[in-house]
Amino acid sequence: MSEKIAISIKNVSKTFKLPLERHGSLKSAFLSGLKSRKTYERQEVLKNISFDVKDGEFFGIVGRNGSGKSTLLKLMAGIYNTDKGTIEINGKLTPFIELGVGFNPELTGRENVFLNGALLGFDRKQMEAMYDEIVEFAELEKFMDQKLKNYSSGMQVRLAFSIAIRAKTNILLIDEVLAVGDANFQRKCFEIFKKLKREGNTIVFVSHDVGAVKEYCDRAILLDKGKIVAEGDTDNVMGEYLKLNRISADKELKKINDRSQKNIHGASDKGIKIEKVWVANKDNQDSLVFRPNETIIINVEATAHRAYKNPSIVLRCNNPSGPAVFSVNSHTKKIALDLKPSDKIRIKWEVENIFNDGIYHVSVIILEDEIVQDQVIETHRFDVEGWEYPYSIAHPEDKLEIKKV
Amino acid sequence: MNPVFMLKAFKKENKVLLAELVRTDFKLRYQGSVLGYAWSLLRPLLMFLVLYIVFAEFLRFGDAIPNFPIYLLLGIVLWQFFSDMTNQGLGAIVGRGDLIRKIRIPRWLIIVSTSVSAFINLGLNLVVVGVFIAISGMDLLVTSIWLPLIILEIYALGLGLSLFLSAAYVKYRDVSYIWEVVMQAGFYATPIIYPLTLITSLTFQKLLLMNPMAQTIQDARYTVVTHETLTIHNVFNNDLYRLIPISISLAFLILGVWYFRREAKNFAENI
Repeated sequence: MSEKIAISIKNVSKTFKLPLERHGSLKSAFLSGLKSRKTYERQEVLKNISFDVKDGEFFGIVGRNGSGKSTLLKLMAGIYNTDKGTIEINGKLTPFIELGVGFNPELTGRENVFLNGALLGFDRKQMEAMYDEIVEFAELEKFMDQKLKNYSSGMQVRLAFSIAIRAKTNILLIDEVLAVGDANFQRKCFEIFKKLKREGNTIVFVSHDVGAVKEYCDRAILLDKGKIVAEGDTDNVMGEYLKLNRISADKELKKINDRSQKNIHGASDKGIKIEKVWVANKDNQDSLVFRPNETIIINVEATAHRAYKNPSIVLRCNNPSGPAVFSVNSHTKKIALDLKPSDKIRIKWEVENIFNDGIYHVSVIILEDEIVQDQVIETHRFDVEGWEYPYSIAHPEDKLEIKKV
Repeated sequence: MNPVFMLKAFKKENKVLLAELVRTDFKLRYQGSVLGYAWSLLRPLLMFLVLYIVFAEFLRFGDAIPNFPIYLLLGIVLWQFFSDMTNQGLGAIVGRGDLIRKIRIPRWLIIVSTSVSAFINLGLNLVVVGVFIAISGMDLLVTSIWLPLIILEIYALGLGLSLFLSAAYVKYRDVSYIWEVVMQAGFYATPIIYPLTLITSLTFQKLLLMNPMAQTIQDARYTVVTHETLTIHNVFNNDLYRLIPISISLAFLILGVWYFRREAKNFAENI
């Protein structure tokens, strides 16, 4: 990696004027021009940003939604104009903000290849020379004379991608939306990016995928509310990013769980009533975001209002609208329980977090003779994040051995 | 890098893209219709047929004018060119919002591509006019060589208006409705279906000819069809007056370019 600078960004600020009541008509523009001019809200998306991307670097820009990272990318691409500051690009830059921009559903696959090629600056002759390769890479030989509207979205993405990687350019801007498609396709994308980097191209990658940034980027910056809050070594920046996420996820989840808590009400005061559900960490402190291999503790309190003979208690965690990822049943754990009226019970379920990044919903069900006595379904939530390779449902302890034999 | 070389590379890329945009436009225009490209020719022909029957056969507008059918057709074709350019140009930037928000292409290229499409269409229509001239046995006037200059003036006016309207349309969606009315009024304020001689007041004749479309259509008829056409030359008896509509056309071109350049940098945010 040389010390040459590929992209130099100095004191860049960007403010969007968001019309409060969009004056899309002359009348309102005229009227608002007469009265007050304050029909828009100023939203400062980027505040005095400065950084350099070195030649040949794989550079990450991370941040939460609304932190300004996509705006920054569009400024670098020259799609938006800066309000203040300068952006200097040394080399030919191609932005990949979305795959298949300019694709027309009414044209055939073949016609779209040429149109898309022209957008990348290739003439017909050049495109004809690489046409077969493009089609082969996209694995669409049989479909090229069909209209694009008859393609599946996966086919469209494949076609767009195999054209996009032909771009003769030395700086690539890649937005996270490129990481659509299945895990397999994403891998393929990243393999190409790595190859491009090996060939000496500079790559700027915008994402909130911790795993991908850690794996591929040499350096990164973290944006929060339009400012750079961390810069430099990828691991450090990602650590800051996770911290930031944790704070805000904590706040968010706490709000939801508090609301859910209020809505818990027993099926009947005459049966058994689930009164409280909360999620905690191994020190039994309320916690809502869990790191890999941390202990998750789910607590439940319930009060019986009549006698129960050996009720069963089921606890379950699932992804939103998905099947249960992990669950437990007090009967299979051979826990015998007999309750008298006004007996209070506390349930504590400890699980090691081997589960993949994502949101989990907690459900609690109390049954007697297979009949539901009380239940709270998917009311409480917690978040898991931080797995380096988040491409499977769970991450059980394992051992991988590879030997030459 | 050598700046001259960069300029060349830039130009080539734009040329390729322009060609591809125009090609796409043509492919898509008659998409799904049985007659396809034939509609490019049929549209003005059918319009001509209707107007000819009403105004030449029923109302006998053109009795005093030699070769009135050709006279009428040429007017319609030129007006159609102007109307195609401005109407397609008007919506072009908003219509291509996907490109503008996501990649970096020169914005003006989009407008130029719609104007080139309209220009190609004009070419096809002029072929039809040529066929009509051949069939009718009319003698093509030598002055016809001036026609390209007249078309250039319409192109300049149309391009200026397209640039202005397309940029304004990004901000104000009223523009399309206003332009619809303006075009309707313009169609009647231009002597297309009626000969200018039908207007008896000399003042009104003079006023009407200040409209660049009236001036160009009348000039085109004068150069191609018949020297009996009323133009600025014989209404004013002073060719200097021709500079007024030409200046108006140029003023619109300059205004359009200026306004478009001013607004273009904000298209991505405003669409």
